[in-house]
Amino acid sequence: MVYLGEEIALENHQRVLKLLRLLQFEPIEGIRNLHPAYSSLLIKFDPLRLDYDELQSRLIPYLGRLDREPLPATREIEIPVCYGGEFGPDLNNVAEMHGMTAAQVIELHSSPIYVVYFLGFAPGFAYLGGLPEALASARLETPRAKVPQGSVGIGGNQTGIYPLSTPGGWRLIGRTPVAMFRRDANPMSLLQIGDHVRFRTISQKAFADLAGR
Amino acid sequence: MSAILIQAPGLFTTVQDLGREGFGPMGVSASGAADAISLRIGNRLAGNPEGSAALEMTLVGGAFMFERAATVAATGADFGPSLDGVALPMWTSIEIPKGETVRFGASRSGARAYLCVQGGIAVEPFLGSASTHVLSGLGGFEARALRKGDRIELGAANSLFRKRSLSAKAMENLKPRKMIRVTDGPQSDWFPEPAWKTLWGNAFRVSEQSNRMGIRLEGPPIQLEASREMITEGVSLGAIQVTPSGQPIILFVEQQTTGGYPKITNVISADLHSLGQLRPRDEIRFERVEMSEARSLLIQQEALLASKELIQE
Repeated sequence: MVYLGEEIALENHQRVLKLLRLLQFEPIEGIRNLHPAYSSLLIKFDPLRLDYDELQSRLIPYLGRLDREPLPATREIEIPVCYGGEFGPDLNNVAEMHGMTAAQVIELHSSPIYVVYFLGFAPGFAYLGGLPEALASARLETPRAKVPQGSVGIGGNQTGIYPLSTPGGWRLIGRTPVAMFRRDANPMSLLQIGDHVRFRTISQKAFADLAGR
Repeated sequence: MSAILIQAPGLFTTVQDLGREGFGPMGVSASGAADAISLRIGNRLAGNPEGSAALEMTLVGGAFMFERAATVAATGADFGPSLDGVALPMWTSIEIPKGETVRFGASRSGARAYLCVQGGIAVEPFLGSASTHVLSGLGGFEARALRKGDRIELGAANSLFRKRSLSAKAMENLKPRKMIRVTDGPQSDWFPEPAWKTLWGNAFRVSEQSNRMGIRLEGPPIQLEASREMITEGVSLGAIQVTPSGQPIILFVEQQTTGGYPKITNVISADLHSLGQLRPRDEIRFERVEMSEARSLLIQQEALLASKELIQE
């Protein structure tokens, strides 16, 4: 486990991204998998080919290069979201928690540019940084057994989109008709680590039109 | 193409191989056989490369009709395999005549049995692996557990039947353990002395709610140091997370790629296959080893798996 910071911060995320990319472009033989997260990178290695101390010493030059390494060009991706109603069963509840109207929650949630800090938990699930503090909402006490695909949720100070129908404990405020994870696409995940994301409010009709396409 | 017809699926039967490692940056879990050693040996007995796809059964096995003659091997837990009412030996290659049905019953020991067939199970690979990941609905046969009436295609069998059996010595050495060996985890120093006393001093019971994603344990709660905030980070196979209620969960083959609970220890690679054989209500204990010992135990295990003495022909 390589820790590149002790908090959720853009700077730490950028160091994780740089180390991840270096290890993808200049792989160390014996590394089997990389699990990036907010401020850390878990490196899984084959203990038959590498030992812990050897891997650690081979990582030192990579870490030394992080400050000089440029960040990759940023992509900006717009995600259409239909907020509330059957698509966002917890929207009114989130509004109530914060003493806002549903419209204010939507306005606030769809205004920032979010950063994909990493994909984790499930295939293509993007952890987005940049949720306005005023929207931070405790997770549900009992997670839903099945969250519909495309649901947009808030969990603590995080927001994200469920790419597949999975169990989940975040409060659901809307849904996107866009497929976030497609087996026949390359890359399979619409969002990649480091992407910038903006939510655009759409009507139920626009949702149906986009979903039907 | 010839196939196996699923006459009875058993409790929970999926197509598994050794999983898809390397897609953590996409959030894709490796998945793969819960008892990888039984799968690897079964494949070798059947005359396959050790990572071929096979059927993994859980607690109660199924009935499988072969549309062509096949060389197979049953490994893992003993689910009492039989052919036409006659018991079949396990850990050995067997010829199944065309049109015959291999039946498995309920587990007599352990949790997972494997049916490996020469030529392997032919499903379209997802990210290079045939393994089913049930939770996210990816891989395997239609990304789900098998059902009655499913027809599972077989790869081409390319060699004649040869009698192969696992040596008694290897069987003894690779027997699943109930004393699980662990190394320190990334948050080991978050746990105060009483937590360690609880971990080393007690048996933990496997909960009914365990599955391929996580093995939930029941026992005296493990005390965490007063509220330290954990930032979600990557998690590895075999990591033992402790939830706020103090109950440990061992992350298993269909694990999430990241998690937000502190991890007290991590099961060593050489004992991961033992986890795949744990049944609900089984009791396990934990024993600490150094990282260097964990590595040499794995090296020994792999040396045994690569040795000439493993399989007798």
